[in-house]
Amino acid sequence: MAAASYYEDGIARFLTACAIVWALLGMAAGVYIAAELVWPTIDFGQPALSYGRLRNLHTNGVIFGFGVSALMGTAFYSVQRTCHVPLFAPKLAWFCAVGWQIGMLAGGISLLAGWNAGKEYAELEWPFDIAIALLWVCFGVVFFGTIAKRRIRPIYVSNWFYGGLIIVIAMLHIVNSLALPVTLSKSYSLFAGAQDAIVQWWYGHNAVGFLLTGGFLGMLYYFLPKHADRPIWSYRLSIVAFWAFTYSYIWAGPHHLHYNAIPEWVQSLGMVMSLVLLAPSWATMINGVMTVAGAWEKLKTDPALKFIVLALAFYGLATFEGPMMSIRSVNVVSHFTDWTVGHVHSGALGWNALITFGTFYFLVPRLVGGSLHSVRLANVHFWLALAGTMLYVLAMWGAGVSQGLLWLAMDDLGELSFSFRDIMASMAPYYALRLVAGVVFLSGAVLMAWNLYLTAKGRPTVKVSPP
Amino acid sequence: MNAVELHRKLENNAGLLIFGILFVSAIGGLVQVLPSVFQDALVAPSENVEPYSALQLAGRDIYIRESCGNCHSQQVRPLLAEVQRYGPYSRAGESAYDRPFLWGSKRTGPDLHRVGGKFSDAWQRLHLIDPRTVVPDSIMPGYPWLAETPVDAPDVQRKMRVLRRLGHPYTDEQIAAAAATLAEQMEVDAVVAYLQALRAKP
Repeated sequence: MAAASYYEDGIARFLTACAIVWALLGMAAGVYIAAELVWPTIDFGQPALSYGRLRNLHTNGVIFGFGVSALMGTAFYSVQRTCHVPLFAPKLAWFCAVGWQIGMLAGGISLLAGWNAGKEYAELEWPFDIAIALLWVCFGVVFFGTIAKRRIRPIYVSNWFYGGLIIVIAMLHIVNSLALPVTLSKSYSLFAGAQDAIVQWWYGHNAVGFLLTGGFLGMLYYFLPKHADRPIWSYRLSIVAFWAFTYSYIWAGPHHLHYNAIPEWVQSLGMVMSLVLLAPSWATMINGVMTVAGAWEKLKTDPALKFIVLALAFYGLATFEGPMMSIRSVNVVSHFTDWTVGHVHSGALGWNALITFGTFYFLVPRLVGGSLHSVRLANVHFWLALAGTMLYVLAMWGAGVSQGLLWLAMDDLGELSFSFRDIMASMAPYYALRLVAGVVFLSGAVLMAWNLYLTAKGRPTVKVSPP
Repeated sequence: MNAVELHRKLENNAGLLIFGILFVSAIGGLVQVLPSVFQDALVAPSENVEPYSALQLAGRDIYIRESCGNCHSQQVRPLLAEVQRYGPYSRAGESAYDRPFLWGSKRTGPDLHRVGGKFSDAWQRLHLIDPRTVVPDSIMPGYPWLAETPVDAPDVQRKMRVLRRLGHPYTDEQIAAAAATLAEQMEVDAVVAYLQALRAKP
């Protein structure tokens, strides 16, 4: 073993720990707002506990706290190994990793204080937007700098996806955040009305596309072959799927604006390209499943691989459901309902969280040179995660489909069949079930945090010798 | 040169790969988003649509601060049932002075684009402070602090000046007069004024 580690793995360890803290914090906020929809007075008249503000902390905490920390950590870990060189500019990498945590923590507090740019998944105000853009550039410099000095000539497929994440999110974030500041805590968008709507959903849908899908596909393409101990099933399919994905995702945003006051051609194009998107999504899913095929016996002993396979299944489910919901005649029913919330969570819980959990169960023991503290606990977590996700999605399907149909229901005389209040009141059992689902999922994540803490406790990060 | 060889070039050259990703991912935005950003008609105000008054503007920014849009849309779709339930469907020209737009993506509560005039100011005030006094089975949060916080008049005037730079036609007189109209107004008054302004302009 070398005196100093060849790879810079301390950052991956730090970011993994941060991601787990964000997961617990963001999901706890989610559980709390789910409880507020059951017992609306548990904000106790406190502005910071109010549903609107807390929901922003939930979404930003899980996407930009948990999601980005996990992506940044695994990107820094895997890019070194796929390039056979240590990280470029490790101090800048540390600045980026620590800066991101400080920025997100301060950002989270600002959301509770009511700072809000008013755009979904881009609520953070302009000082944070600038900080995010600068830190993102640092992320890109470290990542592409490492690739530039690589000792293996071909750039491995996981790095294309991580690269796509860095480049496209930078483009979307900068354009969508363009605003004129009034004070430190308030700015007005450079875009107004219908134009603002089109720009926002170009951003919003592709934050999902290139962060929650593309970024995590980078994680999949590195860690799945490692887990299964087999190469990717079809390299050629991964090439086709990557470019098709990168080209077609960006068009899909306007399906969030069906029947809204934007030009019809923009809506129709958004719908058609959303349907096209099914092809690269399923190509990737099939590539992943076929990579595991032949290593099925590992599922009996390796809880980490179970998480990843289940994540692939939910990825396939969510990327089928999404295009279906983008069809205008389906969207008439699903739009504005809890069905959308269920769809998002089948992706966020079933795909993003599960693949990250599987990756962490694999990664943490390797980072500290030990074995997982408890395989049994990880198996319990697996079933809690599956049960939580399923309950959540079922509750929201029930709520969403009934809302959508009841809102539109009219009798033979042309009168509305149900009042909004009655439909709203009938949601109570679904919202209660959703709360249960959230608690189940969160308790699994708590088990994981405990398990991984005991795995890593007292163990220094492994020193790696050059390959 | 076949496609596989072409791709080998991309995957052996980081610069080409970066350029390739940027180019391929930009096409959609250039073709589908950019034309709308330069289509002035999309943000031309409809007839009778005026910039928000000082009090309404203050209310709108409180609506944004409290993220009311997480549960309330402001977009009546051109569907028979929606027009029946809420009123005339929403048109682009009505949102010309909306920065950001607040069409929303979720209706945990009802759409609000036509809520103006449907309830009295007194009802709205009670409902904002404690929704369950007027709608017993409501799951909306109460906003008691809105009744305890005065509107910050200099802040609103600053906002009007910034919006004027973005093309909202506020006059110097309107901005100066804001100080007087906002005096002794509480935040709840501002939100009520904003909600009452949400109606179809004839």
